Amino acid sequence: MPLLEVDNLTTHFHTREGVVKAVDGISFCVNRGETLAIVGESGSGKSVACYSLLKLIPQPPGIIAGSALFEGNDLLQADDKTLQKIRGNDIAIIFQDPMTCLNPYLTVGEQLIEPLIYHRNISRKDATYRAIEILGEVGIVEPEKRVGSYPHEFSGGMRQRVMIAMALITEPKLLICDEPTTALDVTIQAQILELVKVLQRKRNIAVIFISHDLAVVAGIADNVAVMKDGLIVEQGPVDDIFYHTQHDYTKKLLASIPEGAKPPPNSPLPANTSITENKPLLSISHLKTHFHDYSSGWLKRNQKVIKAVDDVSLNIKQGEILGLVGESGSGKSTLGRSILQLVPVTSGSVVFDGTDLTNLSPARMKPMRRRMQMIFQDPYASLNPRMTVFDTLAEPLLYHGLATRKNVTEQVLALMDDVGLAHAAIRKYPHEFSGGQRQRIAVGRAISTKPELVIADEPVSALDVTIQAQILDLILELVEKHNLTMLFISHDLSVVRYIADRIAVMHHGKLVETGSTESLFAAPQHEYTKRLLSAIPVADPARERKRQVELTQLGVDN
Amino acid sequence: MFRFIVSRLLQAIPVLLVVITATFFLVRAAPGGPFSAEKTVAPEVIKALEAQYKLDQPVWQQYLSYLNDLAHGDFGPSFRYPGRSVDELIAGGLPITAELAFYAMLVAIIIGVSAGVLAALKPNTPQDYVPMSAAMIGICMPSFLMGPLLVLIFGIWLEWLPVSGWGDLPGDKILPAITLGSGYAAFLARLSRGGMLEVMSQDYIRTARAKGLPEWVVVLKHGLRGGLIPVIAFLGPAFAGLLSGSFVVETIFQIPGLGRFYVQAAFNRDYTMILGTTVFFATLIVLFNLLSDIIAVWINPKLRHQLREGK
Repeated sequence: MPLLEVDNLTTHFHTREGVVKAVDGISFCVNRGETLAIVGESGSGKSVACYSLLKLIPQPPGIIAGSALFEGNDLLQADDKTLQKIRGNDIAIIFQDPMTCLNPYLTVGEQLIEPLIYHRNISRKDATYRAIEILGEVGIVEPEKRVGSYPHEFSGGMRQRVMIAMALITEPKLLICDEPTTALDVTIQAQILELVKVLQRKRNIAVIFISHDLAVVAGIADNVAVMKDGLIVEQGPVDDIFYHTQHDYTKKLLASIPEGAKPPPNSPLPANTSITENKPLLSISHLKTHFHDYSSGWLKRNQKVIKAVDDVSLNIKQGEILGLVGESGSGKSTLGRSILQLVPVTSGSVVFDGTDLTNLSPARMKPMRRRMQMIFQDPYASLNPRMTVFDTLAEPLLYHGLATRKNVTEQVLALMDDVGLAHAAIRKYPHEFSGGQRQRIAVGRAISTKPELVIADEPVSALDVTIQAQILDLILELVEKHNLTMLFISHDLSVVRYIADRIAVMHHGKLVETGSTESLFAAPQHEYTKRLLSAIPVADPARERKRQVELTQLGVDN
Repeated sequence: MFRFIVSRLLQAIPVLLVVITATFFLVRAAPGGPFSAEKTVAPEVIKALEAQYKLDQPVWQQYLSYLNDLAHGDFGPSFRYPGRSVDELIAGGLPITAELAFYAMLVAIIIGVSAGVLAALKPNTPQDYVPMSAAMIGICMPSFLMGPLLVLIFGIWLEWLPVSGWGDLPGDKILPAITLGSGYAAFLARLSRGGMLEVMSQDYIRTARAKGLPEWVVVLKHGLRGGLIPVIAFLGPAFAGLLSGSFVVETIFQIPGLGRFYVQAAFNRDYTMILGTTVFFATLIVLFNLLSDIIAVWINPKLRHQLREGK
């Protein structure tokens, strides 16, 4: 008998706009020691389906129907008391966003021991002892000290480990992982996936792994279910899904994974040869951006200096797309901001088209700003929710005197054509758009001032794969059309491989390697680059399984 | 933390100076004076009085000497209560007003926070509408209407509680405390409802539920701390407001507190008394604001951390 047998699960929400069929009759089952991956784009209902099992969805009036037999008992018929005993005890969930899923007001130790105290009725002291033990197991250094820390004192990857520890502390029978690695960098992602697998083997737990990324799933799943619009369109053993794909949607998902091996359809390849002879548009030399860390003490001599960018020299040639990769905390975003003088640089120079930006007065910086623009990571946060598309796009045009009140509408419409937005959307607000469309607005805003240099900071990492591909193609198209030079910052190597002419790798604030995209992927020189490359998941179950064995031997964990 | 407190106290000095200066010149700009009364008094007598209280000196000289006295902690003599200093009058009225404000605060917190939290747990249901409508009435109804109404119901019709006085009869402190506290209870209810609504929709509340915690633990341990931050930030100014705003209630219930002295001083043009009470209340407001800021910081580990970093 399977551990969990879900039959015809249906979750509908009644909203003002009508009934939303988030989950529309899906069936699946999971056995002990097995991993079921549920794959789909955001909004496909994969998370809602799993939360419905434990009634953890927000409580709008709606219906949850069907049956979900867990060890023979129907979860959907269970009363609150019974469910309470199952939650966190028999079925635990690792949530997607470690930044918001931990209570900022309580220490991680306090949050870790709660399931033990309420389910196992053991003393605080014993529970704390167990919490320290499990923090060590998930790879937190000095767990006996860290158990008293608050969530904000941990990095994203470390918080995710805390979430995992919290889910595993009661040794549940079923673990639901909701995109546990989406917010993380490849190297950390590999570590966390490995950790879940090790624990699964050790305790014979069943895992439901929710993800939008087929490549991640390839290496860990036994079975895969592909969801779209609240329905499971295809499910079966992992090899069948990848090698004998039946459904068109699954094929589309597989096709949209940017593997990089194939050149993009409208790649600016012919231009590539001439780029090498172009003169550098931006040249950075010995750039240092340091921050002070006050956490170590009050006195100046105790203060540590964080070298976010440490002696970086780099040229970006006219018309080139330079990919800048590195894990979170490697200083790649700070480098981008330092170039635009959005953070004070400590020393070194940033020469843009013959002008050193590091000591320009604000008044002389203003015309420079027009020529250098930025695309930010999160299209949800970087657009002002109270400004329409028109306001957002017209503002820079008017501010920099590129348009007059009379012809600004015309120019905004031209920009919207450029980024593929319908004219009818001009008076709409950001919340009325999907993530991909919002990023189109953000791209439009960045190119509105006719810049020469665009710095794109993780512009697609908040988007679904199919949307990612569209935005990347849009960026390539615009680079060619407007003769842009671009610094493309990303933690995702396959994305960078797809888009960049040349790649620079950052590690701990230093530039460890630069090279043309082909040569860097073919023959990485630096140890860190090699490790980074080997941590990229590929959408091929057989290769993934083989690779993970190699990785464990290599000791990615350090 | 120490640096934060010191810098906030230093910031308070110019604020208080502006308050003192504005009040000093405004009360003197108002027509009439402490010794102009209906009865005709011989001009020589007024002259002598003005000389005694240094009112015959140029205004700027009076201002400087008042500042000098203040710096030595002396609020000066009262003009209307001969032989008594403002310090004495404040010290006499303050304990009563402070006690009244304290009870009113208790009423406000207990009623306001529990109503707000209950409303937030079931938004857009009767459990939300009923206390929130009551809160709206509480905010709209001024205390000079609320007080007599309560007196009418509980004092006269039901004869449960005394209608006035302070500490003379058992239970005579209940109605004034409710009258004064009800308006603030309504504000607190709305603030805690808003705060709790926001917190209860946070991802970490879902995490707490997913751990299988009983709902009351989710609400009280995981929800309340974050949800009450806006309430705590408001408590300081609210307490200062209760102290300085108690004169209506004190008048209705015949309570010999500081508020009544304050209003009488304004009618009587008792310059030093007005100034003294104003400065005293201003100081209280500054201190209580600081206090609630400190508590808000202390309750939030992230801010606590930043302060330790010395930012």
